[in-house]
Amino acid sequence: MSGQLTIVQTKPGYSKGLRVLLYAFLTTMAVMWLVPIGGAIYSSFRPYQETQTKGIFSWPDSLSFSNYRDAFTQGNMGKTFFNTAFIVVPSIVLILLMSSVMAFAVSRFSFRFNVALLLLFTAGNLLPAQVLFQPLFQFFKWMPWPNFLSDTDTGSLLGTKIAVIIVHVAFQTGFCTFVLSNYMKTIPKELNEAALVDGASVPRTFFQIILPLCRPALAALATLEFTWLYNDFFWAVVLLNKGDERPITSSIANLGGAFFTNDNLVAAASMIVAMPTLIVYLILQKQFISGLTLGASKG
Amino acid sequence: MSTDTLATAPPTPGRRRRYSQLSKSDKVWLSLMVGIPTVLHVVFVWLPALATIVLSFAEWDGIKLGTWQLVGFRNYWTIFTVLEDKLFPALFNNFVLLVFLSLCSAVGMLFAYLLDKGVRGTAIYQSVFYMPVVLSLAVVGFIWKSVMFSQAQGLFNLGRDKPIDFVGNAEKIFTIHLPFLDNPVGLSKNFAALLIAMAWRHIGYVMVLYLAGLKSVDSSLREAASIDGCNEWQSFRRVVFPVMKPINVVVLVITVIEALRAFDIIVALKQPVGTSVMGVLVKNNLVGEGGGHVGVGSAYGVVLLLLCLGFIVWYLVNHYRENEL
Repeated sequence: MSGQLTIVQTKPGYSKGLRVLLYAFLTTMAVMWLVPIGGAIYSSFRPYQETQTKGIFSWPDSLSFSNYRDAFTQGNMGKTFFNTAFIVVPSIVLILLMSSVMAFAVSRFSFRFNVALLLLFTAGNLLPAQVLFQPLFQFFKWMPWPNFLSDTDTGSLLGTKIAVIIVHVAFQTGFCTFVLSNYMKTIPKELNEAALVDGASVPRTFFQIILPLCRPALAALATLEFTWLYNDFFWAVVLLNKGDERPITSSIANLGGAFFTNDNLVAAASMIVAMPTLIVYLILQKQFISGLTLGASKG
Repeated sequence: MSTDTLATAPPTPGRRRRYSQLSKSDKVWLSLMVGIPTVLHVVFVWLPALATIVLSFAEWDGIKLGTWQLVGFRNYWTIFTVLEDKLFPALFNNFVLLVFLSLCSAVGMLFAYLLDKGVRGTAIYQSVFYMPVVLSLAVVGFIWKSVMFSQAQGLFNLGRDKPIDFVGNAEKIFTIHLPFLDNPVGLSKNFAALLIAMAWRHIGYVMVLYLAGLKSVDSSLREAASIDGCNEWQSFRRVVFPVMKPINVVVLVITVIEALRAFDIIVALKQPVGTSVMGVLVKNNLVGEGGGHVGVGSAYGVVLLLLCLGFIVWYLVNHYRENEL
């Protein structure tokens, strides 16, 4: 068998006809994929009366931001965006901190319960949220919490953003520990040993040697967790009962009424909510994909 | 720790550093590093899951502590008999979703396979197919409701004289008569519509995972297969697909868990009749209107938990047997 033949065979070459077919199929699919978002963007700039009579596939008589303005004010989106930031930012910081120390300890030192702990974390992350929520709801309800530390007046943790943060951190730490411990196993352990020989303490080894090496994984996880927490619907709905205390994603579900009869207003609201994750995705696409595949490729 | 103690320690190549060789303060640090996340995770994830199991054997309105009492299997008896017309349609919807999402996973794999053929502009196609994945299912629901399904202007209603109410129509596409049930279960038209919206998001997710998997397949394997005279399908079926086993397992787990967890899109669209799934049943019995049935809600929850646990255990056994730690 000649060497040249094998090089030619690396990617099976298609005949020209098949290639055209392949591109035609993929392009058709891609266009179909863009239709819902494209349609939402297009109709969100147009008055409802117009698209209702002429349909979405029509030349626009007028384009304006008025749907966006209405959606923003009716949905009180300034406030709800702030709520989201208040929940998502501290959650991500805590999740990454918790999971990286945990992953460091279980992946670089051997304990008796290493495997059991990782099993527990991985399995915990796969549990459905609905199964956990009633006991957590009760726990937060009976957990006294001073009103001056929260934005509710219930005197308990229920209804505070802190409750949502706690749940996110506890739940997501499972997934991130799994990913980070897989990642840390690829770092040569001689690095640890050298650090210990040189007299570095465990926290120092962690912060100055291992953690900096995990930067790609941490960046990937941060982007991934950002969308997951930003998109959280369930916990915000069940733990925060007042509409305008809720983060943006769950608050649009709460608008109801007049909002729902105007499809273009719904489209505008959807686009406002989708914007941050879409922007983050378009800018940090690489991190996204690597975050997902980090979790997957190692099993 | 001094270099002397290390030098005298028996050399154990390939073994990890033993815990006992660490200084006291390091041991304290390590215990905290393991302890704090573990306590947090156990207290806020596993204990609630166990508590739900306990509550499923109790009767309680969820309002006053101490008023609950154990009632044995009564809640399970209730959901499997009195409430059978709630439980089984929801279970059936979850099942349909599982079958449907599995098909979507196959489509995602096909997309990945085609994109891996050295297509020009792979990155662009990939971004397009993956884009819906970054949207929340609630937003996906709203976009499809307003743009695709809307009775007034939806693209699915384009050119129809009588527009179809995709989100409201609970008419069944097909029904199945189960021998132990009085009323048949079936797939309603509006749930089928939601399935399409969910496919839009699921396919891109799976595609990205498989693209990464395909890139990691050693190209010499394919060469060998084609030299041995495999056609394209044979080399995929016999060589590429088995080599991607880790990805296959992850995709299977994601598909199953997504199908069982389904919740957001249905609740965001105000739970149209006929689209009930287990997650929604659990929540409806616990909070909001009709809530306060802690025992019954928890029993639904345990049914859901058992379905998930089966897969979780299978996955973990699979994962940790092959990647011994």
